[in-house]
Amino acid sequence: MPLIDTAGLQKEYDVIVVGSGAAGGQTAYTLTLDGAKVLMLEAGRNYVPEIETPMFHTPDQAPLRGTSTLDKEFGFYDATIDGGWQIPGEPYSSASTDADRQFWWWRARMLGGRTNHWGRISLRNGPYDFKPKSRDGLGFDWPISYEDVAPYYDKVEMLVGIHGDNNGLENTPDSPTGCLLPPPKPRAGEALIQKHAKKTGVPVIPVHRAVLTQQLDFKRIPALLHPGNPRAQQIVADSMRSRAPCFWATDCGRGCSIKANYQSTTVHLPPAMASGNLDILPNAMVREVEMGKNGRATGVVFIDKTTGKEVRAKGRIIVLAASACETVRILLNSKSTQFPQGLANSSGKVGKYLMDTVGASVSGQIPLLEDVPPHNEDGAGGMHVYAPWWLYKEQLAGKLDFARGYHIEIGAGRDMPTFGGASGLANHVGGYGKKFKQDMRRYYGSFVSLVCRGEMIPNEDSYCEIDPNKKDQYGIPTLRFHWQWSEHEKRQALHSHQAFTEIIQNMGGRVTSKQDLLPGGFIIHEVGGAIMGSNPKSSVVNQWGQTWDVKNLFLTDGAPFPSNADKNPTLTIMALAWRSADYMLAALKRKEL
Amino acid sequence: MATINDSIRVDRRTALKWVLAASAALQLPAGTTLAQGTAKSATGYGKDPNLLKIYQVGELWPLTLNEHQRATATVLSDLIIPADDESPAASKVGVVDFIDEWISAPYPNNQSDKSVVVPGLAWLDQESQRRFKNNFAALMEKERVAICDDISAAKPAAQFEQAAKFFARYRALTAGGYYTTPVGMKDLRYVGNVAMTTYDGPPPEVLKKLGLA
Repeated sequence: MPLIDTAGLQKEYDVIVVGSGAAGGQTAYTLTLDGAKVLMLEAGRNYVPEIETPMFHTPDQAPLRGTSTLDKEFGFYDATIDGGWQIPGEPYSSASTDADRQFWWWRARMLGGRTNHWGRISLRNGPYDFKPKSRDGLGFDWPISYEDVAPYYDKVEMLVGIHGDNNGLENTPDSPTGCLLPPPKPRAGEALIQKHAKKTGVPVIPVHRAVLTQQLDFKRIPALLHPGNPRAQQIVADSMRSRAPCFWATDCGRGCSIKANYQSTTVHLPPAMASGNLDILPNAMVREVEMGKNGRATGVVFIDKTTGKEVRAKGRIIVLAASACETVRILLNSKSTQFPQGLANSSGKVGKYLMDTVGASVSGQIPLLEDVPPHNEDGAGGMHVYAPWWLYKEQLAGKLDFARGYHIEIGAGRDMPTFGGASGLANHVGGYGKKFKQDMRRYYGSFVSLVCRGEMIPNEDSYCEIDPNKKDQYGIPTLRFHWQWSEHEKRQALHSHQAFTEIIQNMGGRVTSKQDLLPGGFIIHEVGGAIMGSNPKSSVVNQWGQTWDVKNLFLTDGAPFPSNADKNPTLTIMALAWRSADYMLAALKRKEL
Repeated sequence: MATINDSIRVDRRTALKWVLAASAALQLPAGTTLAQGTAKSATGYGKDPNLLKIYQVGELWPLTLNEHQRATATVLSDLIIPADDESPAASKVGVVDFIDEWISAPYPNNQSDKSVVVPGLAWLDQESQRRFKNNFAALMEKERVAICDDISAAKPAAQFEQAAKFFARYRALTAGGYYTTPVGMKDLRYVGNVAMTTYDGPPPEVLKKLGLA
């Protein structure tokens, strides 16, 4: 992708977008295809999935059989580069030394950000998820409802390509006809779980994931996405035509060189670039947003990592889409006489109500799955089925001791053997010699895992702030995290253990391991920190992601989420970014901004 | 690419052609810097290694085992995973090289395994000398088995507690190294990592076996 360096910067842009992931990608896509001139700043290097993705590589071709190390925390072939929970020269800190109160901050300093490696699970928030406080009195309602966001979910699903189907289940929205691609069939172990989970009352249905199970309908969709804009339609049709459908091999976490799954770098950025309206500047580490005398933001200050120099860029609208915590950090570091406690922070709420997802799991060994006839179960590079939360009515009736739900992610199948899988299996079977080899064959593929991904309720004790004592290698003050799970999350994790144990036993299996509630940040679903609301005193942005204090400053990543449904946040981030960008375009046309 | 209804397996070469075609459509401007790569390093391969390169053991960090230790390791790995009718012994697919790479890596968990494996290999010789007046690699098969039975027992005797920890870890490393090679994957009857035009779900005989037909 042809990018610019600082010498190529225009004098002023309509919009500056900080970040190039799901939020930045979607924002820039919507804006540029409608004619706005956009500068995108990315803190990491250029990254080109088409030529950098290790498709088909086997673990023996990697150092250490591809296992995770401090350098590549999700394994050697994970798409994340220059990222992870620890990045040299870019520290963060924790206010507590208590292990339960740490927050682990995952970053990906690369074009496309975390969209390059994510799980591609793309679930819509349901109607309850936008009005949680109205339902149980806890946390915050969104200032918008499902109906406000639904048209944008439709558009994102059609643009990105999501497989799945409609099951009409409570708070698990169906998509209109023509939005989804056909779901892949369940793998053997997944189908077995589907059958036996019924006894526990758990519905197992096709998951929605951002993988092309067939080519996108480039003749039909572009006109629906960009009515009255033939040039955008042509660009999007060309982009869709360039993406191949999944060839049912290679883990999606490596990225995808044939562009069969969603990455900002293969789906959002190419059409935005083709519009001729987007400049992308990599290696630009944004420090702060600058303010003019009129109370409007005028641009951003960043460190050009290639020279170490401080550089300024100017724009009529500034969008922070840097990921929830990085966006908060930029706001808090943008201090002025008007905003001594950080930009857009007259409410004092910037940094507050940080949330992640509840993560816990149970694994089991299933005798029925031993010695299954060999067959290829690589599939769509991730799970094919999952279980949405199934106890909404019981919860509402007060029959459970925690307020919010979780969905179940399912792991089963004859995946490509990994070092961790094979060594763990060796510990399980024990012994040595020819019998050991026979046992390895017998037990390989006979394990399943059931994983809880649950809603966390925002609380006063989970937030981030600027650490007064620390700066990163670019001289930018760093974040300090405070974290506290409430009893709701802890009980939810325990509930999942009981349900998962029962399902494994239903299958005639035996539980082999349990993972308790993981630390904050481990699921990498952090949202909040600059929540949206209908009152400037208690929220940072309005329903458009527009900050109450600065009219031409918008946040389009997860920072504005006032709740964090069990549904993985990326699809909602994209839908809301599209909606915000539409609002910006209308305001630009009205000359309001 | 049209979707074809019957499942036709695409060979890897065809799939790679698709991959190359996708990247050929791409024009990189001069001066574009992608993966930084990493020289031999005492601190690991870094945050931005070349992911496409096929790595050789020993090119990233210096190795640890001397010839004698390697001989002991070879015998032990092949005792754990011997040749049988279906597949070769562990050392034949580079498992000893892998273990050497593993314990030599600068990351904390590798260093911690080094402190188990190196003394463990030495213990095997000491124990062999004590019982059979010879080094482990020079023992007869039944003598090696006598030692390994003691240290692989479900509940090892108190004097073998440390050695049992070593054996379990060494077995895990051997299995992890073996079954992640194409030979080891085949041994487990893993048949994926090939491009397909369709995914049709489990074959009927599998569904029947699981009571799902």
